[in-house]
Amino acid sequence: FSTPFSFAVLKKRLVKLVVNFLFYFRTDEAEPIGALLLEQCRIIKEEENVFSISFIEEPERKYCFECDSEEQCQEWIEALKRASYEFMRRSLIFYRNEIQKMTGKDPLEQYGISEEARFQLGTRKQ
Amino acid sequence: MKLNERSVAHYATCDSPADHAGFLRKRVERHHHHAHHHHATSYQRRWFVLKGNLLFYFEERESREPVGLVVLEGCTVELCEAAEEFAFAIRFDDAGARAYVLVADGQAAMEAWVKALSRASFDYMRLVVRELEKQLEEASKTLAACHNSPRRSSSSSRKRHLSNPALLPLQEKPAVLENGYSTWGSGGGIPGGAASPDREGGHPPPLPPRRRSAAGSATGSPVTGLSPAMPESPVSPETACFSKLHSWYGQEIAVLRREWQERQKRGHP
Repeated sequence: FSTPFSFAVLKKRLVKLVVNFLFYFRTDEAEPIGALLLEQCRIIKEEENVFSISFIEEPERKYCFECDSEEQCQEWIEALKRASYEFMRRSLIFYRNEIQKMTGKDPLEQYGISEEARFQLGTRKQ
Repeated sequence: MKLNERSVAHYATCDSPADHAGFLRKRVERHHHHAHHHHATSYQRRWFVLKGNLLFYFEERESREPVGLVVLEGCTVELCEAAEEFAFAIRFDDAGARAYVLVADGQAAMEAWVKALSRASFDYMRLVVRELEKQLEEASKTLAACHNSPRRSSSSSRKRHLSNPALLPLQEKPAVLENGYSTWGSGGGIPGGAASPDREGGHPPPLPPRRRSAAGSATGSPVTGLSPAMPESPVSPETACFSKLHSWYGQEIAVLRREWQERQKRGHP
């Protein structure tokens, strides 16, 4: 899932989303020049074809990305919003809870992970 | 290689739940130009924190910033036949990447760490989430079938009544607090119940896109109950990205520390 885009300083980069990291490359190089960890971040649509990523501890600082089309922009926004481990953790807790309500059974028991702290409801301090 | 270090350090030390934490001794890996010196293997005691697929380590438990980061993708965790008791290793599919040899305090601690690390990858989490998503759909359909034909003895045909109100709960996905960004703007809230305006009704949000060439982590202990849907793991370019990140992180900190130490020497009489 990689596509060219430009940074706010008008640099064209190849961008690759790998698990919860966004790697960026100079377009002709095989090794990335940088990466962004996508935890505790916010993805916002800016102007046309542009979205930004900013982080909770430094909200004014935005990493802006310009895409080739509005459609591409939306694809990226959707993909990036779901790219964090924390997002998946929350989805898992949600599904677990729903299944438990519907069936009375804990679906995580079969995997032997039902007791792990990370999957418990209400362990998060916000 | 650049990284958003402040954000990484923030994530490492913020109060989002750590999946595991504790002291471990980490084997010191010598660089090549030291190879001609005769070294006994040495270990450094570090405070390790596992959050999701990220293993951070700190110099002290109270340190404000991690000195290292290991991304647990495309790796295996296995017991180690090292000289040390209670040793285990994190090894990467990428042959060029260094391994991490870690030593726990005892048998129980070692087992807990190996278990936690084996299940830490993003892929594993994604697999479990997909399974649960399917199970939820199945459970909803079964419920719907029950509501529509209450007293039928079980016939294997399931009726697809997607308009059934029993399926409505699927729409009430909690407001997904994007990527853990729960307290931005609004006063923080615990997710639950509120319908998210972003989501289309009727379907839980799709999962992150699958990587093209999945460096599926062949985890040490395969999880029973999950269908082995993970593809063979060729060495993929993605894992090379991560090993570069590992060595970058370690070196950056080492450089900073040397500079700091030099300044100290000069500053003190």
